[in-house]
Amino acid sequence: MHGTRILDEADRLMTVCNSCRYCEGLCAVFPAMEMRRAFSDGDLNYLANLCHGCGACYVDCQFAPPHEFNVNVPKTLAVARAESYAAYAWPQALSGAFARNGLVISVIAALSMAAFILGFAALNDRSVLFGVHTGPGAFYKLMPHNAMAALFSAAFLYALLALAMSVRTFWHDISPPIGGRADGGSIFQAIRDAGELRYLHGGGVGCYNEDDKPTDRRKLYHHLTFYGFLLCFAATSVATLYHNLLGREAPYPWWDLPVVLGTLGGIGLIVGPIGLFTAKMRRDPALLDEFSYGMDVGFIAMLFLTGLTGMLLLVLRETSAMGPLLALHLGAVFALFVTMPYGKFVHGIYRFAALVRYAQERRTAV
Amino acid sequence: MSDRQRRMSLDLARHRANGMSSKYDVLVIGGGNAALCAAISARRGGASVLVLEGAPKFYRGGNTRHTRNMRCAHDAATEILTGPYTEEEFWEDLLRVTGGQTDEELARHMIRESKDILNWIVEQGVRWQPSLGGTLSLGRTNSFFLGGGRAMLNALYLTAERLGVDVEYDAEVTDLLIEDSMFLAARLKRPINGKTEIRATSLVAAAGGFEANIEWLKQYWGEAADNFLIRGTPYNRGSILKLLLDKGVQEVGDPTQCHAVAIDARAPKFDGGIITRHDSVVFGIVVNKHAQRFYDEGEDIWPKRYAIWGRLVAAQPDQIAYIIFDSTVVTSFMPTLFPPIAGQTVAELAAKLALDPVALEKTITEFNAAVRPGTFDHTILDDCVTEGITPPKTHWARKIETPPYLAYPVRPGITFTYLGTRVNKEARMLMKDGKPSANMYAAGEIMAGNVLGKGYAAGMGMTIGSVFGRIAGREAAKHARN
Repeated sequence: MHGTRILDEADRLMTVCNSCRYCEGLCAVFPAMEMRRAFSDGDLNYLANLCHGCGACYVDCQFAPPHEFNVNVPKTLAVARAESYAAYAWPQALSGAFARNGLVISVIAALSMAAFILGFAALNDRSVLFGVHTGPGAFYKLMPHNAMAALFSAAFLYALLALAMSVRTFWHDISPPIGGRADGGSIFQAIRDAGELRYLHGGGVGCYNEDDKPTDRRKLYHHLTFYGFLLCFAATSVATLYHNLLGREAPYPWWDLPVVLGTLGGIGLIVGPIGLFTAKMRRDPALLDEFSYGMDVGFIAMLFLTGLTGMLLLVLRETSAMGPLLALHLGAVFALFVTMPYGKFVHGIYRFAALVRYAQERRTAV
Repeated sequence: MSDRQRRMSLDLARHRANGMSSKYDVLVIGGGNAALCAAISARRGGASVLVLEGAPKFYRGGNTRHTRNMRCAHDAATEILTGPYTEEEFWEDLLRVTGGQTDEELARHMIRESKDILNWIVEQGVRWQPSLGGTLSLGRTNSFFLGGGRAMLNALYLTAERLGVDVEYDAEVTDLLIEDSMFLAARLKRPINGKTEIRATSLVAAAGGFEANIEWLKQYWGEAADNFLIRGTPYNRGSILKLLLDKGVQEVGDPTQCHAVAIDARAPKFDGGIITRHDSVVFGIVVNKHAQRFYDEGEDIWPKRYAIWGRLVAAQPDQIAYIIFDSTVVTSFMPTLFPPIAGQTVAELAAKLALDPVALEKTITEFNAAVRPGTFDHTILDDCVTEGITPPKTHWARKIETPPYLAYPVRPGITFTYLGTRVNKEARMLMKDGKPSANMYAAGEIMAGNVLGKGYAAGMGMTIGSVFGRIAGREAAKHARN
């Protein structure tokens, strides 16, 4: 018996699957399962986070419902995965944020954006807030650079700390009793597997979403979202270097690196989340973890909002809408940062850790 | 419009154009590997094709949904096969497992055709993978389906539908209209588009055997058949086979015989599939309900040891037996769906199994006393034997003495039946007078008895299905065109 009902169910399924093994060529979950005969809580959380939810094993399973063995691995592991986020959250006092995550995320996002609007309004004249500002330093007329940098660094560093503490607990739980350090080769392998979403592929045909016809659409939308996010992050990093090393202040001209990176990333962050959301809406209810709907949509919405406000800011930065848009964009980014350790963002961190573990297991097995 | 809607409206338009009384070129009855290969091959041959699957969509495909590989001849190693498997070697294997009960001309034809199936089936969307964990002995001879038999079926159905093959589920056929060895129409239990009679120029019967038809099995096995478990779906009732034989098609194969393995007695009555099997016989002893051993558990290695035990258990009282072993061998075989039943003492285990504890203790004590020292190696016929007991255990005999004592209850699990319709090289059915039918073809388990008179070797059922399915579809389409 395990700590939770969903882990009991996951254990039952892995016992069924381990006596069948037809799915071992589809992804990493089943080969990892085959390396075990019994499953601890940590093992099951590891397998749950290794699963990319491609749905192939459900469509291919002769024992899927309505069969009495009732084998539905993608859905069971999706629920287990969502519950593992709360179980490993740091500090544990905040694990409740996962319970009604959609609500939590929207409230924090709304409060954050309102705070920036009100803050801008309180600290600036109406003429400054709705004024037209151009040229280097335009943004900092509304909020001093140092204040902006301090606030966002603090939020980002907190997110990093909370994520690091959470993944540390997870790693401890899924590692073998002795040793358990990640080696460079395994990390490199995991970066490749995560970077190409190797296991969101149904073993080669694509993944299943609304019916029994495989496509690669979710993979494409996830790539747009993920690489869009990375490009935006890169844009901010380059801008930080410009500011601190070269003394060049934002906003930058459209052809400059931070803007080019940010624009490409912003497009990804708008198109990708729309695609992911559409796919989510069309997903076969048999595969969908409806309890995590709020969390999934909340995170998609936060990324979309970040992309959208950023792009609007770029397009309208030389008009009087710049002030309010800057406030909205900063509010969205701030909310994204502080909610990172308590929302769907963590899926990437745990899945990456699980992929490292998997790469490690495969190496030692050979 | 979704693909499905578009397809449906196209179909509707076509039906209207044909006046709805439409006659298909080729009617395929059945929904497994053989049926779909026939449907695809006929459609590619230019025929209009309707597939009638008696089961609901989820249970489509008969025994194919539980398969995992196919045995095809090949002259060189491939990406997924570790070495060559020549036509001659395939033939020798077939000769060995059937004890010569095969039609050499037909069998050699099938083996020759199997070479091309390796590629043809991939062109129909099926994907291969190397042999699964725990099946290394098949790595050279058998190609495994990525994702298993249901994945294979899904791919075939997607291809068939894309090509414009019509498929109906829950489409049980209750009668066949056959005149002078010529198929005219099939009668349906449930109307399709308001019609209960489907006419077609050619018929492909690919509807499997009768393993799920307990009443039919009872004709040969008596009341014992009530204790049989059926490894596939309840839809393998053999009704098409029976109709064909009743209407003048020549039969082939021993009607009394079926392929049976020992499966867990706790498995469901139907469709437990592969995961209820037990491969642990060689690691212990097997006793009946009187706690008596009844056969040499160490006679031979896989797959023979696996395939004989269904029949052996069927011959025991109440068709039940127990594989008994101890804690030292638990990790020597694949993890099982149902956990072993455990007891700290032999008596405790016996009580849990409702066996006589004194009798079980006596059986185990006598067995242990008879075990001679040897070097255990379950991958070969090793030298661990018993002396002075009947029956002996001629290999892998080791004492059962380390608690907890463990047991799996087992019953006969029926996989398929051997009775079928006789066919020629064109997969055309032969009538009782020996003459080929004008327009009736058969493929898959329904005609497997032509090449597989008895016995079995892994993956052969799928070879028969794909090879003869492809031939039957091609020939049926050719006949429809003329």
